[in-house]
Amino acid sequence: MTGVSILTVLIVLAPLFAIFAYLVYKGLGSINLAFLTQTPKPVGEPGGGMANAIAGTGVILAIASLLGVPLGIGAGIFLSEYGRNRYGDAVRFVSDVMNGVPSIVIGIVAYGLVVMRQKHFSALAGGVALAIMMIPTIARTTEQMLLLVPQAIREAAFGLGVSRWRTTLSITLRTATSGVITGVMLAFARVAGETAPLLFTAFGNQFWNWRLDQPTAALSLQIYTYALSPFDDWHRQAWAGSLVLIVLIVSAVAAVRIVVRRGTLAGA
Amino acid sequence: MGVGITVEHLNAFYGKTQALFDINIAVQANHATALIGPSGCGKSTFIRCLNRMHETIPEARVDGMVRIGEFSVYNGTSATQLRRRVGMVFQKPNPFPTMSIYDNVAAGLKLNGFRNRKQLDEIVQKSLHSSALWDEVKDSLHKKSGASLSGGQQQRLCIARALAVQPEVLLMDEPCSALDPISTGKIEELIFQLKEQYTIVIVTHNMQQAARVAEFTGFFLLGKMIEFDKTEKVFTNPSDKRTEDYVTGRFG
Repeated sequence: MTGVSILTVLIVLAPLFAIFAYLVYKGLGSINLAFLTQTPKPVGEPGGGMANAIAGTGVILAIASLLGVPLGIGAGIFLSEYGRNRYGDAVRFVSDVMNGVPSIVIGIVAYGLVVMRQKHFSALAGGVALAIMMIPTIARTTEQMLLLVPQAIREAAFGLGVSRWRTTLSITLRTATSGVITGVMLAFARVAGETAPLLFTAFGNQFWNWRLDQPTAALSLQIYTYALSPFDDWHRQAWAGSLVLIVLIVSAVAAVRIVVRRGTLAGA
Repeated sequence: MGVGITVEHLNAFYGKTQALFDINIAVQANHATALIGPSGCGKSTFIRCLNRMHETIPEARVDGMVRIGEFSVYNGTSATQLRRRVGMVFQKPNPFPTMSIYDNVAAGLKLNGFRNRKQLDEIVQKSLHSSALWDEVKDSLHKKSGASLSGGQQQRLCIARALAVQPEVLLMDEPCSALDPISTGKIEELIFQLKEQYTIVIVTHNMQQAARVAEFTGFFLLGKMIEFDKTEKVFTNPSDKRTEDYVTGRFG
């Protein structure tokens, strides 16, 4: 039995390590200071880098998290604390369906909602698209985590004369923090590498852009463009970009975990 | 100081099921009153009506009159205000698991907006002294989580937490049923000291416990209060046949 479970663990972990090892093998050689600090060079000119795309991914993910995390957690709180009725069932159904909507369709929605109004592509539109993808995942995991908090804990707070909304925020949500954060990181990691919803929202950019209402580069878009190009130098940069993207996602998730763990007490 | 509790014509319901029938009782200030009876007889429902915890259950409702001191429970006051005057200790110890020992005790005050650091320190220390837990936890107040304590310590932590909001009445819903005999002994000793300052209503399955800690005892059966009298009288010379059958162990 132990042998079987070790075997399955190896089978599950093998693709992960294979992907990572292959990325390191193909991409590490092309990562240098220029790659991390310069913008792309015009076709035919060697060198250049993806600095603007790395920054763009950061900006778009920040917008997505700022919009998606509070809305997702709020929806999760509604589902768990106030949603034991048909309104809750409706929200639950919609968010499960949303989880299954192809990401390119969400890109079209963001295009209609933001790009059509602004009349041009923007980092904001990209952030909105990714936020829409984050919300259902965060809402459902938050709901599940809050439901795991025993009713007795809520009653303890009620018994002290703490109001219901205060109990929800300071007791229930706080008790479920580590689970809720896992859900948030899951959603974050899932959208961090998304390409399709950014194609006609953030659109991509060969230059630096810090304005939220202008087209913005993103690592995933850059990888997509470079990988499809006929140039060897761009292929190498696409591999390097993929490696950087994976490393960034892993370190963001790990950093959040470490910060959360530091705030946890012995025995909690 | 503790205050008396007056209950008149109290009926409680879960949806269409009636759980309590016309309860009348006068609980004396600064005494311990025990409620005994077989499982499902309504004792817990009854004390949950005293601090309006009953209504936190969906479709539960209450009618009748309850007064805590001069304070009318079901007329014109908010449940949160009431619950600050009526502390509650639950059957299973339920400390806030992610909070330190200190924060557990301070929770009731902090979450209601009390911010004075120095006074908080004093109240936390005083409450932990009152619940006889101070010596065991004074070195790890901020370091350890409430959930890291043993079951008996957790229950005394919950008592300290209830005392910190400075209530007048303390409701205890089978506070020892999840504890070993030594911890139970400690809590019973505590009840003895606490009733100098608080009015205590304790639900218990253990008749010896009722006899040990309470001056008055009420016997519940099938949602009705069969008998309410001095503890001694209820156990040695009950006026109702059903009470006698129960306390002598013939049923329940």
